Amino acid sequence: MIEPILILQMIEAIPIQLMIIFAGLLATVSFIGLNAILLVYLERKVAGFIHRRPGPYEVGPHGILQPFADGLKLVGKQIFTPTGADSFLYWLAPMISMAPALVCFLVIPFGPHLQIFNTNVGMVLILAFTGINVLALCIAGWTSQNKYSLLGAARDISQSVAYEIPLLLSILPIIFMTGTFNLFDIAMKQGSWPWQWFIVYQPLAFIIFFICALAETNRAPFDLPEAESELTAGFHTEYSGMGFALFFLSEYAYMVIAACVTAVLFLGGFHGPGVSGWWWFLAKVYILLLIMIWIRWTFPRVRFDQLLNICWKWLIPLAVINLLVTLLVIAL
Amino acid sequence: MIVKSIRETVAGMWSLLVGMKVTSKNFIQPNITVHYPRQSVKSLEGYRGHIELVPNEDDPFKSKCIACNSCVRICPSACISLKASKPKKAAAKEGAADGAEDKKAPAKKAKPELLSFVLDYNYCCLCGLCVQSCPSGALRYSSDVYLAGFSRQEFVIDLLARLQYQAQKKGAANG
Repeated sequence: MIEPILILQMIEAIPIQLMIIFAGLLATVSFIGLNAILLVYLERKVAGFIHRRPGPYEVGPHGILQPFADGLKLVGKQIFTPTGADSFLYWLAPMISMAPALVCFLVIPFGPHLQIFNTNVGMVLILAFTGINVLALCIAGWTSQNKYSLLGAARDISQSVAYEIPLLLSILPIIFMTGTFNLFDIAMKQGSWPWQWFIVYQPLAFIIFFICALAETNRAPFDLPEAESELTAGFHTEYSGMGFALFFLSEYAYMVIAACVTAVLFLGGFHGPGVSGWWWFLAKVYILLLIMIWIRWTFPRVRFDQLLNICWKWLIPLAVINLLVTLLVIAL
Repeated sequence: MIVKSIRETVAGMWSLLVGMKVTSKNFIQPNITVHYPRQSVKSLEGYRGHIELVPNEDDPFKSKCIACNSCVRICPSACISLKASKPKKAAAKEGAADGAEDKKAPAKKAKPELLSFVLDYNYCCLCGLCVQSCPSGALRYSSDVYLAGFSRQEFVIDLLARLQYQAQKKGAANG
């Protein structure tokens, strides 16, 4: 029997920074879960309305319980490993996909006082950890013992590698303008009003960044790694139950991260007319997510050569020019 | 060359915006589908379901069918079979009723009467050749959408019985 005072002392002995990170991770997990529920519903409803049908309607009033029904179905499904698959790596892949997403949320400044971990390398951290997702998809495709999965993984790698370059090049102007990788400082350098946001100074970088974010998160029209009509479901063809659910969750998590980073870099972060705070941040993030969903249900999927042409022929040269012009202006 | 490709790209970007405008317009407009079990569409006109017999203008209990068997012969799935009373018998009856003069030319007046017209809908490929080939216009597509059953036997339909049942129902509703 341990005495209560002893437990308190033990808790006090834990460094406060560690406690904050732990609590933050817990909060992040719930935030990701909530977002996924909301986004699943939003995505299906928006898709429905764009197709002029009601969307999910039967489970709960106006179908609001549909995501829970989907989730329960996925939890209840049999966990199945295909024959010949390396079962360790096979089940490691969804976890590798999910884990970095949790870390990325730690450094995002949701509000003036709502940031779990303020670090000087926030932007670099996000770029590095989102890059790990590529590895997860590669492992998933490779270990699935399935041609569709393998093709999906191959597509994802070449797509991600290609689109990371313009993504970085479109972030750099902002970094040079603010002189910091700290996301909180970048947000603080922008004012309350829309014309004080970096989107006004860097509209081209914003467009390039947004297109690259769509491609990096495998969203339509760049959803080649999971092209339904060609590859069944791409890299997660063989995954059932929670394996698939984790990929699904991480995809939505990366979408939210992309929207968050876009909001911080270009749309003033938590600043907004009136009182600045997390409400402005969430509003911006959700507007961006809605635009992503809107884009998905509007455009057809690009072909692979088109995908790479857009990247190498347009985005990279434009991003380089944009960066050079910005550097010139800063230098003068 | 560069100017041309830039122009093409700008036009392409513009077309993307046009596309987003189209979807946003549709997003705001009301649904065009209905919540099926609680509501159903008003008109099923133009729906091409399984075939049905066209009732005779004079007698809604009888079909226009002349039992020529052309639908049976043309059906690629061989799913139509019909039975008709033999023309001789019918002619004889008719002759007996009308009088002795018609006995000399029984074949001309002979009209086979349809006894049953069985459609095995399990094998029907909905090609519509029977409707096209019918010389008397006795076949048409039904608008019966709500077909579901637990056994194959439920889709072996006697269309003549169906016609008579419908006529009876209609008569009951009118009378």
